[in-house]
Amino acid sequence: MEFTADDAASWNIKAHGKEFAPPRKTTISPYTLNYRSTVYSPKRILYPLKRVDFDPNGNRNCMKRGESRYERISWDTASEIVSNEIKRIKREQGAAGILFSRGSHHLWGNVGYHFSGLYRFMNMVGSTMYVQNPDSWEGWHWGGMHQWGFSWRLGLPEQYDLLEDALKHTEMIVFWASDPETTGGIYAAFESTSRRQWLKDLGVKMVFIDPFYNHTAGMFSDKWFAPRPGSENAMACAIAYVWITENRYDQQYIKTHALGFEKWKDYILGREDQVPKTPEWAELETQIPAREIRVLAREWSAKKTMLAAGGLGGWGGACRSATGNEWARLMISLQAMQGLGKPGINIWSTTQGAPCDTRVMFPGYAEGGISGDIDNTAAGVRLVSRLDYKPIRGKINNFITRLRIPEAILEGKSHWTGRSGGVGIEYQFQKCEYPAPGYPGPQMYYRYGNSYIGTMTETNRYIKAYRTDRLSFVVNQAIWHEGETHFADIILPACTNFERWDISEFSSCSGYIPDTYSQCNHRVISLQKKCIDPLGESKSDYDIFALLSKKLGLYDVYTEGGRSDFDWVKKMFEGSDLPKYISWEKFLNKGYYVVPIPEKYKATPALRWFAEGRKKDTPDWGPSTTDHNEGDKGGLQTTSGLIEFESSSLKRFKPEDEERPVIPKYIPSWEGHHTAELYTKYPLQLISPHPRFSFHTMGDGKDSWINDVKDHRVLKEDGFYYWIIRINTKDAMDRGIGNGDLVRVFNDRGEVILASQVTERVPPGTVHSYESCSDYNPVGKPGESADRCGCVNILTPSRFITKHSSGMAPNSCLVQIQKLDEDS
Amino acid sequence: MKKWNMIIDIAKCHDCNNCFLACKDEHVSNPWPPYSEAQPWHGQRWMNIMRKERGQYPYVDVAYLPMPCMHCDDPSCIKESNAGAVIKRKDGIVIIDPEKAKGQEDLVNACPYGAIWWNSEKSVPQKCTFCAHLLDEGWKEPRCVQACPTGALKIIQTEDAEMNKIVKADDLKTYLPDLATNPRVYYANLNRYVRCFIAGNVVLQDKDECAENAKLTLKKDEKVIQATSANSYGDFKFDNLFQDSGEYVLEATYPGYNILTVTVALKASVSVNSLFLLPVNSD
Repeated sequence: MEFTADDAASWNIKAHGKEFAPPRKTTISPYTLNYRSTVYSPKRILYPLKRVDFDPNGNRNCMKRGESRYERISWDTASEIVSNEIKRIKREQGAAGILFSRGSHHLWGNVGYHFSGLYRFMNMVGSTMYVQNPDSWEGWHWGGMHQWGFSWRLGLPEQYDLLEDALKHTEMIVFWASDPETTGGIYAAFESTSRRQWLKDLGVKMVFIDPFYNHTAGMFSDKWFAPRPGSENAMACAIAYVWITENRYDQQYIKTHALGFEKWKDYILGREDQVPKTPEWAELETQIPAREIRVLAREWSAKKTMLAAGGLGGWGGACRSATGNEWARLMISLQAMQGLGKPGINIWSTTQGAPCDTRVMFPGYAEGGISGDIDNTAAGVRLVSRLDYKPIRGKINNFITRLRIPEAILEGKSHWTGRSGGVGIEYQFQKCEYPAPGYPGPQMYYRYGNSYIGTMTETNRYIKAYRTDRLSFVVNQAIWHEGETHFADIILPACTNFERWDISEFSSCSGYIPDTYSQCNHRVISLQKKCIDPLGESKSDYDIFALLSKKLGLYDVYTEGGRSDFDWVKKMFEGSDLPKYISWEKFLNKGYYVVPIPEKYKATPALRWFAEGRKKDTPDWGPSTTDHNEGDKGGLQTTSGLIEFESSSLKRFKPEDEERPVIPKYIPSWEGHHTAELYTKYPLQLISPHPRFSFHTMGDGKDSWINDVKDHRVLKEDGFYYWIIRINTKDAMDRGIGNGDLVRVFNDRGEVILASQVTERVPPGTVHSYESCSDYNPVGKPGESADRCGCVNILTPSRFITKHSSGMAPNSCLVQIQKLDEDS
Repeated sequence: MKKWNMIIDIAKCHDCNNCFLACKDEHVSNPWPPYSEAQPWHGQRWMNIMRKERGQYPYVDVAYLPMPCMHCDDPSCIKESNAGAVIKRKDGIVIIDPEKAKGQEDLVNACPYGAIWWNSEKSVPQKCTFCAHLLDEGWKEPRCVQACPTGALKIIQTEDAEMNKIVKADDLKTYLPDLATNPRVYYANLNRYVRCFIAGNVVLQDKDECAENAKLTLKKDEKVIQATSANSYGDFKFDNLFQDSGEYVLEATYPGYNILTVTVALKASVSVNSLFLLPVNSD
């Protein structure tokens, strides 16, 4: 999108005698440029389908899921079967017997997003909700939150105005498990690329710590460190050791802003466990020379340094591992030692924090759209009171963590610790059980959008869970034939964003990531115009739910008397601040609105208020009055209001927890180079970071053009596009593997057939393959044989990040690799 | 007459594939007569991104070379074509006429850059047109340039004399100039793709310290051809060397330490890893 003179002016930052203004256009991501090929993909589901051997009134042949073919049926038949099953289960067991679950982000918009139309339908009918683990946050949620709060952001820090701060003050950036050129922050395409170019041109030194020489490093790196996966925390401890022993940290700041530093210092110096965390000690763990760790530590403290920990100020592959909690805590610890919040010193990933007017209210997807679900979305924060609609709350207090859906189905029960969702710190200590007392187990599974086989952990579990008569009915509402679609009894064809109306803002999530549009160089609110009619007999998700509602006698409730998706779009417009700035007619005609920057824009850099001991002055959504007393000068959300090296919340919860101790520590991974027996059998450490060309399965597969991207898949002689695994030259030679060879990657959990890319971008011992393959193609029995599509999450552990939290740890994964024997 | 030229900065390309996918979005299933036949769903790369990884862990870098049709001023494809199937427009753009070129599969081999692709279904050779159908409508840039987020791709419409000035001022190069086809696509920082390096690291062995500011010289035939100093980590890199260019002598010096000399027979980019210097008076 290229702006015209009619659109609001861009911001302009002055620093070092230069002026920095963004390009007068938006950037676009590869999977968006690819979208036409997915709209017209031969993998589109164009008609309602029924598994041929599924008879709702006779033999259901549940064990045949994943093997049987499908036949075309009419919408009338399909909606009749689905609504009858809903009625049957409600009559026999109660509505909680209906379990629903959805993938992340296959669509976009305030009306058609899952928090919106799907939640409205499920709350209306009644259902058991899946609980989404914070899959990109993990370590920050389960660890970082105990050190600095930010529960409303699931443990991530605010990032306001840090771009200007960095341009003016920062001298070095340490990108630790951070690859913004690949992940774009989130949803933000390449909006931040020009910022990194500016910083580079200003002479800001850029150091990368990542087991993979990632794409941001490829463009900007002055130095690259590749610690053995799971050992990064030893490196962090050694950096702290250098700072403490050489007096290279901000002692005054620690005195006034931190709690329990002395206790942690004793651990670092080895007074607690007789192991001083020296660079030499860390060298044995990380394989990074001690002398280089020393130089890094000294440079870091000598220069004003930003820590880009993860891609969004937080996140990062290192947080999705067995050592993820402690990594997030150690990242906060290191920056606290350097005066977190002072000019040029922060945790900031270069992706958020552009100047923007946060006062102009436009809802993000996490505000629930048309659902009004105040329990499971951020609808209650501001949208419910502004929208003229009848919100529908869920009335069933039964839920299952997404990571234990297979156990919920196969064993009929599961228990775990921790709710995420961001209300308060201690929510994550709650003991949860499924089913909750008095509720039934799962009878029916309503699966909505994309596939877990490529995105969750140890995912043969999800396949096995389908192939059981413990689930009497499975419906999958999907746009494409993807990995999980073919395990359903009935498939309902949905259409893409281009075939229905919606309205949204570029890169705006809201809720658990407030004001994420500061990733963008301009706040752009768009009408998502319906460009073509739905292909075949596919329908918008909204129309599918409206049709089912009709069968259930609830049409007027769901649609509020017959509203179309377009009517809802207008409602969203009216409920936002947009009418103050642009008329509905003009907006319809123009298609977008750029939110202007106030003439006298006043920057309020993230955490500057904290560093300076002032009341919080940023537009952030927390802490709440629960966290502070009236008259307090403010502070963080932690009990003390300080950065807690010794965590009050962990101390109250389980001070004896060795996996998540009261102070942050280096704890060797429960699946890594110290797990000797397993490591002998499976000597390669697989990391599977967030991908470049498949956003939560969007873009990948579907016979789309993105499969032709050379660094995404490899077309082999058999006409199949294989997913790529990156392996060091030495490891490849030891195994007789050449570049482009097909390989078996396996461990006790399963096997995947991938195409090798022999490279020096990973050190020996580490292999790299992105997660988020969209399809699934077993060579034999589903769930029990190798997949050749690229679902590397078949290999990753289902073990929770720590025993008393319920995050995923896919980057703690040991595998072995062999060249595929072509004859077998 | 103003003519079109493309400038591609290798240092700014990180293989996001926006150019490749924007090209697909514009041309797949979309015939733009008389400029081009529709690109098939799979198989063609009108913007072909090549990858070059250099060095060995941890001294590694990577460069990408996006390669469209070079729109050469002396194009081999015109010479090989029959019945005027390939034309050179006055504005520099080379167009394969989708009607006249029917059946001329030989054109695929005529291009020394491999930029012409065969559409077996339509029986026609195809390639990048610089989106001439859009430029002729007043677009300022083709789809690939518009979609590039890093500024790696640029297109300039200017007189040849002016372009020659830009080429000199910005030290632009053409890819494989020995082919003598005079491409209108120029590259900045092409050395990152076509040349190679000798990299490594210097350590003061007795102190186990990174030898910051260690002096390094690179000699060829006993003449110093490059000199540099090690950075704070002791790392150094001699770049812009020719592949398979024979023997080099690398010398590392640091005050109070013995000179260390390494001989490298250069084939492709190579890391000599850590060079450990010993103090002058040590045994």
